[in-house]
Amino acid sequence: MSARRERLLGSGLEIFVPLALLVLWGVLSAGSTTYYFPPLTDIFTAFKDNWLFSRVGSDVVPSLTRMFAGLGIAIVVGVVAGLLLGLSRRARLAADPILEFLRAIPPPALLPFAILVVGVGDGMKIFIIALVCLWPILLNTIDGVTGVDPTLRETTRVYGVPRGDRMWRVMLPAASPQIFAGLRTSLSLALILMVISEMVASTNGIGYFVLQSQRTFAIPEMWSGIFLLGILGYTFNAGLVLIERRVLRWHRGARASALG
Amino acid sequence: MLRVSHLGKTYGEGEEAVEAIGDVDLEVAENEFVCVVGPSGCGKTTLLKCMSGLLPPTSGEVRLHDERVEGPPERMALVFQEYSRSLFPWMTVRQNVAFPLRRKKLDKAKGRELVEHAVRSVDLTGFLDRYPWELSGGMQQRVAIARALAYQPEIMLMDEPFASVDAQTRADLEDLILEICREYGVTAVFVTHDIDESVYLGDRIVILTPAPTRVQEVLDVDLPQPRDQVETKELPEFAQLRGHVWRSIKRKQEGKAPEAAATSSAG
Repeated sequence: MSARRERLLGSGLEIFVPLALLVLWGVLSAGSTTYYFPPLTDIFTAFKDNWLFSRVGSDVVPSLTRMFAGLGIAIVVGVVAGLLLGLSRRARLAADPILEFLRAIPPPALLPFAILVVGVGDGMKIFIIALVCLWPILLNTIDGVTGVDPTLRETTRVYGVPRGDRMWRVMLPAASPQIFAGLRTSLSLALILMVISEMVASTNGIGYFVLQSQRTFAIPEMWSGIFLLGILGYTFNAGLVLIERRVLRWHRGARASALG
Repeated sequence: MLRVSHLGKTYGEGEEAVEAIGDVDLEVAENEFVCVVGPSGCGKTTLLKCMSGLLPPTSGEVRLHDERVEGPPERMALVFQEYSRSLFPWMTVRQNVAFPLRRKKLDKAKGRELVEHAVRSVDLTGFLDRYPWELSGGMQQRVAIARALAYQPEIMLMDEPFASVDAQTRADLEDLILEICREYGVTAVFVTHDIDESVYLGDRIVILTPAPTRVQEVLDVDLPQPRDQVETKELPEFAQLRGHVWRSIKRKQEGKAPEAAATSSAG
């Protein structure tokens, strides 16, 4: 009973605190004449005018397409390469210094290079998002595979589990808790890189809209874009948590039974 | 059927080398239940891993049906002590038991039958669609045994499989494993540090010395079949054998006969 009350209280706070902050913001900013901090109601009006839904097709869809294309590529390449590197000690030794070097490069520094190589179109943005999101997924997958319990490895050897099954049906699920941890990092990176890449060279997208609004002194519009990005980030993260809960149900169960 | 000759295993090299197994010879006949018993830390697990082909021996060899064991043979199954770490937590009981059968390319109905029969043999039919972590320790080990059985091995190696379950469950599992090995006609090598268990289960007991491991003594167990937790353990022969094994291990541990390294055979 008390656990349930605790949960109710938790989700109550989760809704109440942001609402209270918004109300506070609304009250404090009402009648504001400061140019950079327009009244919240102005921001909401701008939000409604732009994002419900006139700019969805022209800006939101292109932005999200880039983001998910880049993230998707990062997931596929990161997981496959991670599994292969995780399974071979020699390959890991050879790849390790290169990986550590590449991932140490600050991502925006690669933008000029990406523009040179892939141009300023969608390709460049997808490329840069994929490149940056790759590392957390790749390194976590390698970690996950190398951390698989030795008894589990020996079990697959005793029963002569074929290579493909070993990779997809044993190592992949065994490493999936780590992969999801990497995925969460990559998801927020994807959103960041989407915005940055759209600010550098673009003719549409949410990042472009925010920068353009600022340059044309459309401050409520700028704020509405920032708001939208916050909402999108929050929603994606919540979605990922939901997926993770489903996919890793066994992991939580196994951990709970090992502790209890 | 399974022959271990002059098996030696040394970990590491040079000054840091640790000789885990000195020189072990032993033979397991068809349909036999052999218990391997020795003081803790005597390299029982290493021996078993060499026998199953998981570890390459440093010297000597293991032969199954006259074929040199270089890796885990298809006709062999292994049951680990740590059931919770050898079952796949993301698979249900059914999926766990069926998983090793994938390489055998059986038709669906046949595979299903093997799985369900094995699960029935260990009394877990009602739990086919549960996950291992939803089951108790004893039940999890039964899943691991069912998985080994469904794989249809000729020989089953077990590494202290009942060491981490409670006493009552352990007695039940001991009877279960005897019954199953008879039913499936499986040869068994059962490693344990529990002397009572080795006498109760074994047709033969192989007593090991502390590391570097050698065979101290091989003992035939002439207790009547089928064994019974109460009646068998009340027999004077049981107490006698138990005492014999006990003294054999103790004597070696206390180092009263450090030179008697050569294999002696009694019984």
